[in-house]
Amino acid sequence: MKVHRRSLVSLALLAGATLFQTGAMAQNNVLRVVPHSNLAILDPIWTTAYMSRNHGLMIYDTLFGTDENAKIKPQMVESWTESADHRLWTFKLRKGLEFHDGKPVTSEDVIASLKRWGARDAMGNSLMQFVQRMDTPAPDTFRLFLGEACGFVLEALGKPSSNPAFIMPKRVADTDPFKQIDDSTGSGPYIFKKDEFKPGDKAVYLKNTKYVPRNEPPSGTAGGKHVYVDRVEWNLALRDAQAQVNALQKGEVDIIEQLSFDHYESVKGDANLQLPKYSNVGLQYMARFNHLMKPFDNVKVRQAALAAMTQEPFLRAQVGVKELYKSCASMFICGTPFGSTAGSDVQTKSNMKKAQDLLKASGYDGTPIVIMKPTDLGSIQNLPDVAAQLLRQAGFKVDLQAMDWQSLVGRRAKKDGWHMFLTAWGAFDVWNPISNPAMDTRGEKSTWFGWATDEKMVVLRNEFMRATDDPTKKKLADQIHARAFEIATHAPLGEFNSPMAARKNISGFFITNNNIYWNLKKN
Amino acid sequence: MLNFLFRRLLSTIPVLLIVAVLVFLMLRLTPGDPAAVLAGDAASTEQIAKIRTSLGLDRSIPTQFAIWIGNVVTGDLGESFYYKTKVTTLIGQRLEPTVSLAVLTIGLAVLVAVPLGVMAAWRFGSWLDRGLMGFSVLGFSVPAFVLAYVLIWLFALKLGWLPVQGYKRIADGVGPWLYQLILPSLTLSVIYIALIARVTRASVLETLGEDYIRTARAKGLPELAVLMRHALANAAVPIITVIGIGIALLIGGVVVTESVYAIPGLGRLTVDAVLARDFPTIQGVILLFSFIYVAINLLVDLSYVFFDPRIRY
Repeated sequence: MKVHRRSLVSLALLAGATLFQTGAMAQNNVLRVVPHSNLAILDPIWTTAYMSRNHGLMIYDTLFGTDENAKIKPQMVESWTESADHRLWTFKLRKGLEFHDGKPVTSEDVIASLKRWGARDAMGNSLMQFVQRMDTPAPDTFRLFLGEACGFVLEALGKPSSNPAFIMPKRVADTDPFKQIDDSTGSGPYIFKKDEFKPGDKAVYLKNTKYVPRNEPPSGTAGGKHVYVDRVEWNLALRDAQAQVNALQKGEVDIIEQLSFDHYESVKGDANLQLPKYSNVGLQYMARFNHLMKPFDNVKVRQAALAAMTQEPFLRAQVGVKELYKSCASMFICGTPFGSTAGSDVQTKSNMKKAQDLLKASGYDGTPIVIMKPTDLGSIQNLPDVAAQLLRQAGFKVDLQAMDWQSLVGRRAKKDGWHMFLTAWGAFDVWNPISNPAMDTRGEKSTWFGWATDEKMVVLRNEFMRATDDPTKKKLADQIHARAFEIATHAPLGEFNSPMAARKNISGFFITNNNIYWNLKKN
Repeated sequence: MLNFLFRRLLSTIPVLLIVAVLVFLMLRLTPGDPAAVLAGDAASTEQIAKIRTSLGLDRSIPTQFAIWIGNVVTGDLGESFYYKTKVTTLIGQRLEPTVSLAVLTIGLAVLVAVPLGVMAAWRFGSWLDRGLMGFSVLGFSVPAFVLAYVLIWLFALKLGWLPVQGYKRIADGVGPWLYQLILPSLTLSVIYIALIARVTRASVLETLGEDYIRTARAKGLPELAVLMRHALANAAVPIITVIGIGIALLIGGVVVTESVYAIPGLGRLTVDAVLARDFPTIQGVILLFSFIYVAINLLVDLSYVFFDPRIRY
């Protein structure tokens, strides 16, 4: 009997020791992050999905970065020159750049990467229309020869969001742009542990000990990318909002990339947790009209809808936390270089009476407006209800159709069968007239759903692309902005910050305007 | 017996074939475009069209079906649109967490529910019986996610005894594996305890009224022996049936628990695949579920022979 009892005690101690060991392993210098979604596609050029972009930011480097004030700064590039006629650009790579496989980054790798990126990214594609040829006079030097002056070379090369111009080894970048790469060799601050990647479970990144960061302080995707942890683990299985907060409170994870608005106050009141400020500009909600479908092919009807959809009701219903949102008249994001209020009175100084009058004057025939409502995307699912209510008040007949997000994504790619969907964009995806997809007004040739048509805007956009000095760019951006409101390309519905939550022992947060995991320390 | 086994195994082929055809057709009729999902939010319609072509979705549905079923016959379930990984690999990665959870849940449920059900039948009308009935109603009524949050709050956040979330592979050690699965299996087992206990109670209650029980008591057998050897043994068939159905339901129905506890199992894989319109993965997982249902039913049928010698195949 005594022996039996002793055995039981030993067994319990052994079990306890094993369990303790599990806890101790988690204490190492590992940053455990809950990303905002699942990581599925490992090719950040093949898709515009933000999770793939974030994966790219971990393992790849870019020629230029965008700092917290939306200024373009060199990253892999050491120096560059621009000819007087703005047609020849020469770039020199900085020393010490090396891929994860130990091979140096050369200008051949850069050219191959730019070609692949230019075939997929909208802004890259626009840049490539100016590029006559590219060459590599030296292993650390590459040149762009433009057919005519182009005003957004650096903005394109340094864009921080989908799709950034990530530099890959030539052997990888030579992959067909419409085929996904299967080699994740980059030259960025982290190395992807492919053997530990389990889709829907976890993704692991190791510190790239050979990475040579710049000397400047980190800012946005610019500056020094210093890594102070050995390993970053993305927990891809933890997607229930309450479970995420529970895990953070218990110390099982260190960072929640996108805290749900519902949990903001409870995290704020927890002494062990923090809500680090990581973004100046946040995101923008947007309602997109289908310009090919009656009655939204009529600009007056779109103007009436725009007038009805003032921003505050959307922000209150979706975000709810006053300190996290703001009304903003700019389609190009308030506080950024092209932020503007030109032409926005139609929405910002509107009221329901005005919307009703506009609709009456438009000749609207009572065609029901089909609004697609995604029921499975908490981050935007309240917006369509608000839009439906406001449009009904203005005199529209509304057919609010519930569906899952992927049904919406499939349906919006078709040119009929819907009138409006609502979405959210990261600020830097919409902050200038070239990257903002809603500003492409080439009708059915437009690169984004909704297919707005306006020749005047096309001309203004082309002028903007060719403008090489900041005052001219700003003037043209204002004109484009005013024109976009005039023809009601879409309705901006206000800006918000998506809060990040972290344990108090994590430090080194800076303004990234993105989901970035360098410079962080775990104490 | 072997003849029965052979016939039953043979009958799984048309079942799986019908499932395959139905799933394939239903997916193609469901709204949503996998290419649009993959391309991301800022992709153009031309880019989406190119991706559709690269996935083979521009081919006719009969052609797509012929290619897929041809591969399935050779054991190849295809490649996930979403993860660019073999579906068999994905299933392999996710099978262990789900099977672990299912086995622990059913194990716990049987260990608790069967004795409880027997006791309740033995003490029919007593406080124990009423208590069990009350617990059963509660067990059926409380949604798994509510129970999960309550258990997490108590055992993980307040007492700090157990983890909030996550899964450790059995290869990492039995201790950590079990430690991670205590709360999830406890959460899931409550409804099965309620179900199995009620069925056990009803079944045992019925046998306790039989003549052979009276005879056993009359010849002076201890009450425990009467209950276990005579009452429970004769009441086993419906209990085994419920346990079998429970395992089958668990394999495909653990998604809520997997979500709340962040367990990367088959349930989560299925939901992700459905949301992403990942046709090959959905088809593969549903085929697997169908096979598991058929296999478990077969095992349950075979087990009847051991519990009731009157049954012959």
